[in-house]
Amino acid sequence: MQARLVFLGRLEDLAGCADHDLAASAPLDWYDVLGWLGDHFVPELADTVAGDKVRVAVNGALLGDKHALVLADGDELAFLPPVSGG
Amino acid sequence: MDSQVRLLTAPFDPAALLAAFTAGLPHAGGVVSFLGQVRAGEGVEALELRHYEPLTLPAMRDLAVRVRGRWDIDGLLIVHRSGEMGPAEPIVLVAAAARHRRDAFAAVDFAMDHLKSESWFWKREKRGGIWHWIEPREQDFEDIARWG
Repeated sequence: MQARLVFLGRLEDLAGCADHDLAASAPLDWYDVLGWLGDHFVPELADTVAGDKVRVAVNGALLGDKHALVLADGDELAFLPPVSGG
Repeated sequence: MDSQVRLLTAPFDPAALLAAFTAGLPHAGGVVSFLGQVRAGEGVEALELRHYEPLTLPAMRDLAVRVRGRWDIDGLLIVHRSGEMGPAEPIVLVAAAARHRRDAFAAVDFAMDHLKSESWFWKREKRGGIWHWIEPREQDFEDIARWG
């Protein structure tokens, strides 16, 4: 299965890119995704994303509890750090 | 009048947008507007706002619905920039038109507090040729908390 990861705000700097494709043999849960990030990026990215301040959205829908994530083929997973608009 | 909610990636003319907004609301006795612009000084050379297409505009539209549900206003305009901006360039324009001014003042104040602390924008500033991400301020959370 293939999914797209999107890094917003300063997460983009940590990842070194705004988005990245992920390929895996089966759907991933939250801990699989953290492990995958740890394998492909600096450790600080997975650590930051695991923190309470970062929310996630799958295909544009916010998850109330990111630990309930199931990332399937074709999904877009966005990592959303605290906002600072206006 | 339906709410007008726009997410723009190019510069806009606040006066022209406000004129067009009020032209459509001849029966409103009061129009309150707020314009946020890039603050000059403190060594800031540019400001960039990033948004996330699937979330940002839908959430702005949801905010407009909440504002309309809370105050008796005849029209609401919410315009927010994304992308790179220079000092003094407009970032956000919010306007509310109402029969009486108090509802319009409150609606704009509420909308701005929620745009600042709840909208899906990420801001960074360029100082000395280097970009720095801006973290949310404690004041923003305090501003929003007063609405209950």
